[in-house]
Amino acid sequence: MDSLSVEHLVGIEDLTKNDIELIFKTADAFKEVINRPIKKVPSLRDITIANLFFENSTRTRLSFELAEKRMSADIVNLSAASSSVKKGETLIDTVNNILSMKVDMVVMRHPNPGAAKFLSERVNAKVINAGDGTHEHPTQALLDAYSIRERLGSVEGKKVVIVGDIIHSRVALSNIYCLQKLGAEVMICGPTTLIPKYIHELGVKVQYNLQKALEWCDVANMLRIQLERQEIKYFPSLREYSMQYGLTKEIMDNLQKEIIVMHPGPINRGVEMTSDVADSKQAIILNQVENGVAVRMAVIYLLASKIKRQ
Amino acid sequence: MQRQVILNSKHFELTINRLCYQLIEIHNDFSNTVLIGLQPRGINVLSRIKERLELILGKEVVCGDLDITFYRDDFRRRETPIIPSATNIDFVIENKKVVLMDDVLYTGRTIRSGLDALLAFGRPEQVELLTLVDRRFRRDLPIQADYVGKTVDTLISERVSVEWKEIEGEDRVVLFTPDSNG
Repeated sequence: MDSLSVEHLVGIEDLTKNDIELIFKTADAFKEVINRPIKKVPSLRDITIANLFFENSTRTRLSFELAEKRMSADIVNLSAASSSVKKGETLIDTVNNILSMKVDMVVMRHPNPGAAKFLSERVNAKVINAGDGTHEHPTQALLDAYSIRERLGSVEGKKVVIVGDIIHSRVALSNIYCLQKLGAEVMICGPTTLIPKYIHELGVKVQYNLQKALEWCDVANMLRIQLERQEIKYFPSLREYSMQYGLTKEIMDNLQKEIIVMHPGPINRGVEMTSDVADSKQAIILNQVENGVAVRMAVIYLLASKIKRQ
Repeated sequence: MQRQVILNSKHFELTINRLCYQLIEIHNDFSNTVLIGLQPRGINVLSRIKERLELILGKEVVCGDLDITFYRDDFRRRETPIIPSATNIDFVIENKKVVLMDDVLYTGRTIRSGLDALLAFGRPEQVELLTLVDRRFRRDLPIQADYVGKTVDTLISERVSVEWKEIEGEDRVVLFTPDSNG
């Protein structure tokens, strides 16, 4: 198990449990590195990575960029707003043009589901999916599971509820795959309109009542309502959503146990959870961000080791 | 494969003892000296030396473990990636005397990586190297040890293995030689 079973990180669906554990073990070492006085190691000094973001991102892009820089990789960034994509160039052409400049790895976020897989089958570089539409966001799921493991000791046997906009969420799908592979039980919770019809086929529990879901779980992962992906109204108003599915201090205090609260960011304070929950000790939202860098370093490191020298 | 014990448990203990006294000769009471073992096998040397030193000196010696995986020069030249071990250095080595420790000194490349990795923790006043076994005349780089447990002459095809009571059941150093016709 000393090497990943995949050549690209397109989705958690393709990974084995061993792969995920290998990534976590490597991330442990990188977490120690990023807490040193000098946070940089020379592992990837002969690797060039292109970060292609065809969709907006702050956290993920910064996190990938830092991860790459801390391993001394050379990087180039491209965001859709300033690129030739706007002039009508196809995805393959854009990427192949960049690869002709001798780039070894591509980190890509794209609005279309399947874009990362499409690319990985057609270009001669390692591809890391940084989110493809409503399909998968594998590094987010890895860092979420890593954060649970860090706080609770392990993921196996834990009960995790994913709350909110499941239908538009790549984070939800990747999380379901990742948590199940690691032996956790997964429940999803949200308004009927935001839960995909056939989601139970993935082997998850479905609950429409937040209170009941919270009583069941050890960890609550509160997803953002993705208004930008909603073409129609899925619920009457944000206020009504937050009254039914928003996490408040009161709800937390009334639970008979202590649960862990997660959020992939960016938080809409007052919608998915109130500020006092987001800033409470039970929230590990900022730990997730810190772990994100270590986990992404691990993924890049392990995939880079598969690039063969000419 | 022929195996030959080149250091048995009795001599092993004598060697550790001698290395400790050599260290004390140079570093006195270790007030400005830290010992750092290189992962994975160097930490066994470190823990044995530390245990013995503290017994002789009657005081604690500052020690740490250093993993050099991310500083190696053979990344992407191997079939599988090397999985890192833990680094435990919770002190700054700025202006300290550092003694690096490893079990076998062979090509010198591990030590080269170790020197690089060390710089992330500050600028030491001086760095020395202690090795339990020195496979002399086999260096790829101009690196020599300051304290040597045992010097051996080996062929490239041979392998030297340091075994520990805690792990393999007995303290000894074994030289493996492939059969000449194989």
